[in-house]
Amino acid sequence: MMRRLARGLCLLAVLGGMPALAATPPLRIGNGAEPQTLDPHKTETVDGSRIVRDLCEGLTSVSPTGDVIAGGASRWEISPDGLEYTFYLRPEARWSNGDPVTAEDFVAGLQRAVDPKTGSSYAQMLTPLLNAEAVITGKQPPTTLGAEALDPLTLRIRLHGPTPYLLGLLSHTTSFPIHRPSLKQHGEQFARPGKMVCNGAYKLDQWVVQSHVKLSRNPHYWDAAHTRIETVVYHATEDTNSELKSYRAGELDVATGFPAVQTPWVRKYLGDQLRVATYLGISYFGYNVSRQPFKDNLKLRQALALAVDREILVRKVLYGLSPVAFGWVPPGTADYTPQTPAWAKWTPAQRLAEARRLYAESGYTDDEPAQVEIRYNTSQDNKRVAVVLAAMWKQWLGVESTLVNEEWKVFLNTRKLKKQTQVFRSGWIGDYNDATTFLDIMHSTHGQNDTGWSNSHYDALLAQASIETDTARRREMLQEAERILMAELPMIPISFSSSKNLVKPWVKGWQDNILDYHYSKDLWIEGAR
Amino acid sequence: MIRYAMGRLLAAIPTLFVLITLAFFMMRAAPGGPFDRERSLLPEIEQAIKAAYHLDEPLPQQYLRYMGGLLRGDLGPSFQYAGYSVSELILQGLPVSATIGLSSLLIAVLVGGAAGIWAARRQNHLADYSVMTLSMAGISLPSYVVAPLLILLFAVVLGWLPASGWEQGRYSDLVLPITALALPQIAYMARMMRGSMIEVLRSNFIRTARAKGLPESTVILRHALKPALMPILSLLGPAAAGVITGSVVIEQIFAMPGIGRYFVQAAINRDYTLVLGVVIFYGTLIVLFNFVVDLLYSALDPRVRLQ
Repeated sequence: MMRRLARGLCLLAVLGGMPALAATPPLRIGNGAEPQTLDPHKTETVDGSRIVRDLCEGLTSVSPTGDVIAGGASRWEISPDGLEYTFYLRPEARWSNGDPVTAEDFVAGLQRAVDPKTGSSYAQMLTPLLNAEAVITGKQPPTTLGAEALDPLTLRIRLHGPTPYLLGLLSHTTSFPIHRPSLKQHGEQFARPGKMVCNGAYKLDQWVVQSHVKLSRNPHYWDAAHTRIETVVYHATEDTNSELKSYRAGELDVATGFPAVQTPWVRKYLGDQLRVATYLGISYFGYNVSRQPFKDNLKLRQALALAVDREILVRKVLYGLSPVAFGWVPPGTADYTPQTPAWAKWTPAQRLAEARRLYAESGYTDDEPAQVEIRYNTSQDNKRVAVVLAAMWKQWLGVESTLVNEEWKVFLNTRKLKKQTQVFRSGWIGDYNDATTFLDIMHSTHGQNDTGWSNSHYDALLAQASIETDTARRREMLQEAERILMAELPMIPISFSSSKNLVKPWVKGWQDNILDYHYSKDLWIEGAR
Repeated sequence: MIRYAMGRLLAAIPTLFVLITLAFFMMRAAPGGPFDRERSLLPEIEQAIKAAYHLDEPLPQQYLRYMGGLLRGDLGPSFQYAGYSVSELILQGLPVSATIGLSSLLIAVLVGGAAGIWAARRQNHLADYSVMTLSMAGISLPSYVVAPLLILLFAVVLGWLPASGWEQGRYSDLVLPITALALPQIAYMARMMRGSMIEVLRSNFIRTARAKGLPESTVILRHALKPALMPILSLLGPAAAGVITGSVVIEQIFAMPGIGRYFVQAAINRDYTLVLGVVIFYGTLIVLFNFVVDLLYSALDPRVRLQ
């Protein structure tokens, strides 16, 4: 009798569950390339981080509009000198297996991220934390990092200099907590289905490499009551053409990219679904200032930079998707006024006249024109930009350019060596919303500075700003640094980045923001598909 | 026969050894490494990662370490997918690639063979010309042209089939990739079958069969088919290789999680161990396939003696 009753109840439960399942269709996202890992401290790609943000949560989080909000911590206090942050965790927060999330888990996560043994490419991001640099370089053990658990629900982070963007930084995957028992048990494989224990709104169900990653709602998440989508599927396609076709065929609800050349078509037929927003990034061409012809020839660098008609380039070649760039730090960067050079406001004719004057003064003539090589990584879009640059320089200054394209990894290598390059394509996406994420990479010792440019005053300003407690003075130092950079022009800024997403009309809750973060927990599906 | 088989298998070992060695050093000769990214690593961290994967050792030592692992059946860890081993990835991709590859080979033999016989029977007629024109188009059009057109027509415009992707057990996912992969092979098979069938149909024993008053279907199926199949059989080896190289493109376009896709991505990412793993896998497969074809050859044609 009992068995029959139990069977009946099971049947009822199954039947009762069916409409609920049918009522919440999965959210299908075209996620670009295959994520290389879902380990929060090792993920370094946009595609991987997007999934990890659904799986795990840092002390802070980001709202649909891009503002920093409370995450794993419900509130925090900042010491008057800005060097000490005390975070109060949510007592109700649980890992996906039901274990409570503790301050120790966050400390362990931060320590793991800076431990050189982990090999996190983002470790450098945590350098504002006390002793982080010494830990990363192996001079001190990870336990000396300025992060400690005062009790299971209180965490203190100590900094070596006030860092206005710290709260934003703590929403980044690199600072996510770690479930220590599962890391200990599974080692490097802990971020795999069936093994990964996470504290975010979703948990990892399935990962078919080169196909898709499937997540399902984490019932233990502290705010699970507000998670509306039950299942999220991230599809991997390096080929943006395939992604666009799948989106058109109705197999994807969100496409995070499409080929640039398809922009006019997308605008015409999917215009109401296209979301273009300012994004913290810049696309530029660097000069190798460690060798001729750009070494010690500021006038040539200026002439070439002025002779680029960015409006035409952006409108005709980049389909008007991205704003033109004259300066280095993108507009929209928090607590900062971009320092665009004066010539940004000139008319194209004025700029051209100045470019010609500077070119003549730089020691080149029509009979003996400058010979310049433009190097880029093989891609149709890069080629189009390089061709237009060469044409503008040829037509307006008489500069003779040769175009060289290289396969991606080969290109990275040549660029870093600084032996062959003259003018090279480059770009940078900010990691957090602060001017330093852009200014730092032009520091003379930064691994990203492939121009070979160094300026001791610039380096000193960045160092001073990192310990400055007064935000206004800090801002002025950083702005001064950008002015130096723009005066010396070790690169040609071309355009600032923009995020480009295609979102089906039934996906609700999507808001464009400068970080291009869109947590699945904030979205819902409404209306017919 | 058995001695021949053993000999052939043993001869495969040096072939594979040369293949692996060449692939190992060619991969290392390419500029850039698995951990070169847009975001440059701090020297300390780069050092730690390289040490973890033994990339800091001198090249000959790395080679010996790799070959040693190989002898123990260990293809090493993937550099690109942290926490995955190469064997694990190949095993994950194998069912997908095998399904697409074998199905398209089978379809190529059946459809191509049938079309070839049909064309041969109507030599120099409209049927013959249309089959041969179509097959010429099939050979000339590369799959990276045909595949997007198929997607555009059947997935985007008509909406009958999925544009790309793969889900376990969803057979509709397989139709377009298999079709795109099979088309050039069908074309080759049809041309080969037609030529060989015409030749066989002109031979004396066929004349005798017809003179005996056998019905045409018996003449074709019982007498002509077996000898006419020989060239098709010898084409199977190259066709298998063609399907493998074709799958590299097709899996990319249709976003299928097969081995061919790993191959391309691994080469781009300088995932040394994954590239080598796939090379070894493909190499072994092609050697084995040619071996099986040779055995079949002798089974079908008593004139072929294996020694």
